[in-house]
Amino acid sequence: MKPAMNSDSVVKLKKQRNWKRWTIHLFPIPALLIYGVFVVYPLFAALTYSFFDWKGIVRGEFVGLKNFKDLFTLEPFSGLFWNAFGHNILYFVLQMIFQNGLAFILAYIIYKKVKGSEFLKIAYFLPRLLSVIVVGFLWKLILNPNYGALNVILEKLGLEQLQKAWLGDPDTALISIILVNCWYGIGFGVLIFLAGLQSIPKELFEAGKLDGADGLPMIRKIILPLMVPSFMIMTVLTFIQSFEAFELVYAMQGSQGEPYHSTDTLAIYFYRLAFGGSAGGSTTAVGLGSALAVVLFIFISFFTALYLRYMQKKQVDM
Amino acid sequence: MNHTIWTRPFYYVFAFLIASISIYPILLMILSSFKTSAEIFTSPLALPKTFNLDTYRNLLEIIPFTTYFMNSVFVSVVSVLLILITSSLAAFYIARFTYVWNNVIFFFFLMGMMLPIKLGIVPLFILMKDLNLLNSLWSLIFMYVATGIPLSILILTGFFRTMPRELEEAARIDGAGNLRILWNVVLPLMRPALGTVMIIQFIQSWNDFFFPLIFITDDLKKTIPVGMLSLFGEYSADWGALFAGLTLASLPMIVLFFIASKQFMEGLTQGAIK
Repeated sequence: MKPAMNSDSVVKLKKQRNWKRWTIHLFPIPALLIYGVFVVYPLFAALTYSFFDWKGIVRGEFVGLKNFKDLFTLEPFSGLFWNAFGHNILYFVLQMIFQNGLAFILAYIIYKKVKGSEFLKIAYFLPRLLSVIVVGFLWKLILNPNYGALNVILEKLGLEQLQKAWLGDPDTALISIILVNCWYGIGFGVLIFLAGLQSIPKELFEAGKLDGADGLPMIRKIILPLMVPSFMIMTVLTFIQSFEAFELVYAMQGSQGEPYHSTDTLAIYFYRLAFGGSAGGSTTAVGLGSALAVVLFIFISFFTALYLRYMQKKQVDM
Repeated sequence: MNHTIWTRPFYYVFAFLIASISIYPILLMILSSFKTSAEIFTSPLALPKTFNLDTYRNLLEIIPFTTYFMNSVFVSVVSVLLILITSSLAAFYIARFTYVWNNVIFFFFLMGMMLPIKLGIVPLFILMKDLNLLNSLWSLIFMYVATGIPLSILILTGFFRTMPRELEEAARIDGAGNLRILWNVVLPLMRPALGTVMIIQFIQSWNDFFFPLIFITDDLKKTIPVGMLSLFGEYSADWGALFAGLTLASLPMIVLFFIASKQFMEGLTQGAIK
């Protein structure tokens, strides 16, 4: 048996315990601090920046909503904005069709247990491991009009009439970039859809088969409704990604959205306003850039939230 | 229904056709890296005549690739370590204690997964300038830790909540402090979740190109992705060197992937589904 403690040491022990208990509140501090300083603060700061006039990166006077007004009414800013905005929409739509649509079909094929499904998964996923800059540069070489592999392959197949200066022609440049983006992202989509398919209880398929549903009816009546969460994830991710599209465009076409702004996206335009001095030496670029950032931020958050809400409700209804 | 008779072969043809489109460009990149530029221009699709390493030797002479590589390793390793430490501390707090503000903190972190951080790049640039971190690898480390924390906390908190508390309580009765419990009792059981976080964050910080593009201009402080930018800017006619550079930039990740392809694929999708 331990000897009885005198009151002094009891107090000491209690204090020690209290201190020990209190230290637990230090645990989330490092994460909160780093995340707060380098993620939350800059986004809030960007909002306040948009209300000021800027000389280079030095803040001038408060100008209210002038930057927003200029962005939407003053040429060339407003023209460039809507031009880039349209490209972002196209980015989203084509990715939904060619990346997510194909990814779902491929996931379904793998799910149907073809031979070599492990190999297929790895193959689709492989491009995702490369840095986006590597992806952009690699495809820039492949799409080169003179020595690039694509045009050479077309020639070997006797399809010379399809040869193009893929990235030099305003009609094909943006679409080429988007398809490269699909090449990069398809494996991720396949894995998400596959995980969704595998989470469907087997009994449902058996029940469906007994009812005579197979093939397409099975997909429509049983698989699609149960895949709503996967579609939701992919749509939101694709939406955010296509409205933030920057790296791949920058790698393949630089910061000017060449040729003739035909590959401009909002993020590229934003980068030019903030760093590239596209405003022709005008000192309002950071203000305008921040205004653009705020608009884009609100747009992305609004539609993401709306979509998530809508889909959640739909899921409950079903 | 007789559609199954023809759907199977169609499935195969289609699936393997897309697979070859996925693989072929990467294969082309690796094969071309062994060719001289002249060889690439005259016969772009042919196999290399010899598998010699001349293009690689040439590449290492024209750009400081070893420096880029060491910078990338340093940034990625330190970032991942700091993410693991900060996120497991925070996730432990959120999952294991029930203070009123815990849900608020959790939500605050989760919000970060939806925030398009690139839109805050101007304030970030000014912040890094004020902190004297421009042209420092620490600017990148801070960014990767800060942007990696939300998803890591989400994954770790989810995992913590599925774990039984008995062991921790036993340790607590034995008089172990919180830090001791986390380090000796909880973390060893968390290996799968920590592995997932590690893989996701390593790929992220190794491949990122946006932040070094803005923060780093000193050639000796560049990571591999921005190093590629200078390679393509200065030696755009030397296709042998370009392909060698792209191959060398991608090789570490591809090798790691083939060592642990399952963990890679599970890790990245888990991040999205949770």
